[in-house]
Amino acid sequence: MTVVATLAACSSGSSSSPQSSGAGGGTISLWTHNGGNDAELAADQKIVDDFNSSQSQYTVKLQSFPQASYNDAVVAAASAKKLPCIVDIDSPNVPNWAWAGYIKPLGLPDSEWSGQLASTVGKVNDKVYSFGHYDVALAFYTRKSILQSVGARVPTVAQPWTKSEFADVLAKLKATGKYPYALDLGTGGTGEWITYAYSPFLQSAGGDLIDRSTYKKADGVLNGAQAIDWAGWMQGLVKDGYMSAKSGADPTADFANGKSAILYSGSWADATVTKAFGDDALVIPPVDLGQGPKVGGGSWQWAITAQCDNTAGAQAYLKFSHQTKYVAALAKATGTIPATDAAAATMPEYAAGGASEIFRTFAQKYAVVRPVTPAYPFITSVYQKATQDILSGGDPKTILDKVVSDIDNDIKQNGDYAF
Amino acid sequence: MAGPAVALLILFIVVPVMLAFVLAFTNARLISPRPATFVGLHNFANLFSDPVFWASLRNTFYFAVVVVPIQAGLALVLALLVNAKVRGTNFFRTVYFVPVVTSMVVVSLLWRFLYQKDGLLNALISAVHPSYAPIDWLNDPRTAMPAIIVMSIWQAVGFHMIIWLSGLQTIPAELYEAGDLDGAVGWKRFRYITWPSLLATRTFILITITIAALSLFTQISVMTQGGPLDSTTTVVYMAVRTGYQQLATGYASAISLVFFVLVLIVSGVQRFLTREKD
Repeated sequence: MTVVATLAACSSGSSSSPQSSGAGGGTISLWTHNGGNDAELAADQKIVDDFNSSQSQYTVKLQSFPQASYNDAVVAAASAKKLPCIVDIDSPNVPNWAWAGYIKPLGLPDSEWSGQLASTVGKVNDKVYSFGHYDVALAFYTRKSILQSVGARVPTVAQPWTKSEFADVLAKLKATGKYPYALDLGTGGTGEWITYAYSPFLQSAGGDLIDRSTYKKADGVLNGAQAIDWAGWMQGLVKDGYMSAKSGADPTADFANGKSAILYSGSWADATVTKAFGDDALVIPPVDLGQGPKVGGGSWQWAITAQCDNTAGAQAYLKFSHQTKYVAALAKATGTIPATDAAAATMPEYAAGGASEIFRTFAQKYAVVRPVTPAYPFITSVYQKATQDILSGGDPKTILDKVVSDIDNDIKQNGDYAF
Repeated sequence: MAGPAVALLILFIVVPVMLAFVLAFTNARLISPRPATFVGLHNFANLFSDPVFWASLRNTFYFAVVVVPIQAGLALVLALLVNAKVRGTNFFRTVYFVPVVTSMVVVSLLWRFLYQKDGLLNALISAVHPSYAPIDWLNDPRTAMPAIIVMSIWQAVGFHMIIWLSGLQTIPAELYEAGDLDGAVGWKRFRYITWPSLLATRTFILITITIAALSLFTQISVMTQGGPLDSTTTVVYMAVRTGYQQLATGYASAISLVFFVLVLIVSGVQRFLTREKD
């Protein structure tokens, strides 16, 4: 008897509004990760409201989740076949979710993406599965007065610092004895930050996370001579005392407080740095380790789920949200780089000569998206561990060989992640 | 009457455990369009040839071997102290118990600051020992695990103090009175009255601390992520990383299964050694 009563209680508790996957009439549900970010959520809600009042055929319902539990919610919903019609997705996960059958190609005309930053369009097997309203870029931050004090040249997009020039600057900065560490690469960070921040250096040195011609093996690219050079370079920065193997909890604050001379961070740090140093603040390209400076590309993007049975409505909404004014509004709300040329032109700070134009230039010229393969979650997990081991002084060759065999093994075990 | 309890037990304990047993022999993945297939002992073969697994195992036992006696002993000393009839006992009990009610995640975050190269600990040592070269406690393979051990003991010792205390208070006062008449004081009083009376408490504490120590995870996840150079990775941390970050459910299940067997053996041995001998 009691069992029945308990089960009945359970089912009555969970009978609240079934999360329809957009079925029935014209209701489209939309999930977003930005539950903790009021500005971004408000901008998204505004687009939804505008869309709902602009026509009477469809109604979009927005549901937000805290970022930390967002992916888990999607994975759980996917296994329960309860995905909403539209989800937002961190761009490196796009191939994995496409492979897993969570999301399907957007089916919008290619002309929709002209004038859009390449890193904000999630293309897998030549089909567009997702697009983003914004991107972020990585950069070196320093101060004019600091570079002057050691007689260093201000690097430009046309002529970034070379590896040896950078080493020379660091040596001089260290010699001043004014900074606990001359450089702060944010080595205290964890998780996806590590791949996002340090794989561009690997690519700048000529290596990569995986062989991008086939996406079937990492052997030779992640443990080749150039990758080992990169590892030696990262390790050398620690060994030579230029940076900490584990920097503080808030590298931007440390830089603003004068604890470091050069900071490596995303465009999101710009506001803090500008506030601290005003005109003295300087945004420069990351060091060129041989193949030109590189920065990570790709942020949160929108996709239509495979379970969506109201594709036309979802497409209509996404097309509506892609209007220039909304791209600009979202970029403004989040302090990020607008994804389209048209939106950038309407924002004074990103238009030619604007204070933030340089980040858009970096995103255009240097951005490398993380490998477009369903193997990415595995690759990033082992790369994070390897990078931390390298910074802690492990032998680069041994560490990278182990990572490569793990990655190649995983790809083989999953039938090359063939679609 | 046991109906609801049995239903919940089956749903949340038995089913997941059975699932882990089955999945350990498959190549199941958390996100995959392919159905899982049976791969026999493949996962276990991989596991036993993985140096990270052996490092995890070593670290787990290292942690348990150090933490179990020290934490149990320290908790007993604290319990004896706060059990003495002096003023302010309640105050001290509360003080020792405060870390227990604080979340381990919070404690780990705070201690990460203490252990930083320019953190409080190094500042204190420098103050008394000016020529001291600061150690980056959590980022040195030699000091990372000891640093986590110290913090873990500090956090959990209060809990076991309370259990010892409850054990101490079940000892009838008459035993001590009789002991007094026979001249049992000080060490003798502890050796012949207190210690034998705590047998049940002792067994309980030994087994709970051991199991808690073997499942070390939170501190590692927050403070070191298994680094530097695998000096702090543990079996549970490896299982979670494999299962949730690398999405390899089958492999993670195999790790959990091995862990389950280990805990079973260890607590079985302890149970045997601490059995009541007639």
